[in-house]
Amino acid sequence: MSAATAQPPARATGAPITVLGARQAAALPAADPRRLKGLKCRECGRAFPIEPIHVCGFCFGPLEVEYDYDLLARTVSHESIDRGPLSIWRYRDLLPVNELADTGWRVGYTPLQPAPNLGKALGLADLWIKNDSVNPTFSFKDRVVAVASAKAREFGFDTFACASTGNLASAVAAAGIRVGLKTYVFLPWDTEQSKILNALVYGANVVAVKGTYDDVNRLCSEIADQRNWAFCNINVRPYYSEGSKTLAFETAEQLGWEAPDHVVVPIASGSLLTKITKGFGELQKIGLIPEKHIRVSGAQAAGCNPVAEAFGRGWDAVKPVQRPDTIAKSLAIGNPADGYYVLKIVRERGGAVRDATNDEIAEGMRLLAATEGVFAETAGGVTVAVLKQLAQEGIVRRGERVVAYITGNGLKTLDAVAPSLASPPVVEPTLDAFEAFLDTRNG
Amino acid sequence: MAIKLRIPTPLRPLAGGASELAVQGSTVAEALDSLEHDYPGFHERLFDDRGEIRRFVNVYVAGEDIRFLKGVDTPLKDGDEVSIVPAVAGG
Repeated sequence: MSAATAQPPARATGAPITVLGARQAAALPAADPRRLKGLKCRECGRAFPIEPIHVCGFCFGPLEVEYDYDLLARTVSHESIDRGPLSIWRYRDLLPVNELADTGWRVGYTPLQPAPNLGKALGLADLWIKNDSVNPTFSFKDRVVAVASAKAREFGFDTFACASTGNLASAVAAAGIRVGLKTYVFLPWDTEQSKILNALVYGANVVAVKGTYDDVNRLCSEIADQRNWAFCNINVRPYYSEGSKTLAFETAEQLGWEAPDHVVVPIASGSLLTKITKGFGELQKIGLIPEKHIRVSGAQAAGCNPVAEAFGRGWDAVKPVQRPDTIAKSLAIGNPADGYYVLKIVRERGGAVRDATNDEIAEGMRLLAATEGVFAETAGGVTVAVLKQLAQEGIVRRGERVVAYITGNGLKTLDAVAPSLASPPVVEPTLDAFEAFLDTRNG
Repeated sequence: MAIKLRIPTPLRPLAGGASELAVQGSTVAEALDSLEHDYPGFHERLFDDRGEIRRFVNVYVAGEDIRFLKGVDTPLKDGDEVSIVPAVAGG
């Protein structure tokens, strides 16, 4: 369904339901297709047309979407964005999609909330949480999938697929329903049951693969070579990954069109960190925020820390982890595709990459919930635990305006905190019993 | 040793469009040399100026990344499958 034909559904009584964002999106002028110049190899610079391809045919480097920034600087303004829907599509000019597939779902525009209590606990004076646990399928993956599914439709695919550590599976499964694509999702067989159910419930074809995420990824790369399917993080990856830029766009807009001083981002493949950095860079390039040297730090789990290890040892390349072993399964990518670029960005920008043990991850989840009322999944625990380390080391400075990215919901990974939380007391249903219980507690 | 080599889409034009080729070799390096001999042009795509496998190329023997085996010196046995797979995927 294009933006022009999107209609809010009607109630039985005939009164229209307001679909969040749909009317505004329908009213948006179409994005200028000339803003998309093509794809460009990040390694050797060779140019390619806008097609469902993800690697350079010569050197195998990653392909990235090239925009006409002069055109965007002339046509995109705070006002033009402000006229858009309260979703990622308010930034559609900076996304590689010409025909919007689903404007009636509120993906993105999630809260950026001040975190004074967590800040106090960590010794930080100006800490903010970008809470992406409240997207439609409860993780940031809805952003990248919204872009990828729209692009898959534009390319004419009928099947939408992914290799997932868990969160992506449900995002793809739900988006398939929304935009009318068949879905196949591939997961490691030890993925949390809740995440498998979260994909199955949408009717997706779910395939559990006997192996690690890297095995799943390799298998999917080979399937993508054989079948004419849109694999969102393989042949459609140059478009899919651009969706993560919206986390930077929103952060800047919510701070009053200004970038933070320092961002702390969880790392799985590393794509999220590179695209958040790119997003801030694009806003500076087209004049929507002032120039600023934004510091960037990354967070990994100790049981799958190839980027943190390479950072700590001063390596330029990442040595893959063969057998990840961490409760932060959504970050358990042993061979991160963008690890090399993460190292470059973090070093250039004066940040650091650190890792967190399972105990630190669970403690991070509890600390965030107990101080700010945000229940994050294990990846959020990793981010908070690493933020704590970085604050103690003085790498994240007390006076900096810091944004920590919380990318998934805690209800997806209850098992991670269950062992450390006491069972609630059981009392008889009488006032006397309750008073007696309070006396025991206070006594 | 007769080896089955799986070719990724970006390299298939060099192999007349084939997705699989039969090559000879008792190590990964020999199998890739055999490939270059039969279908010139693969070597410069797979190896960088220093003679190392390019950063964004993964090579698997029977599903195992050769980085965890013996690199290009990984031995092959008759009937092994070697896959060349772009590394930039996932996440």
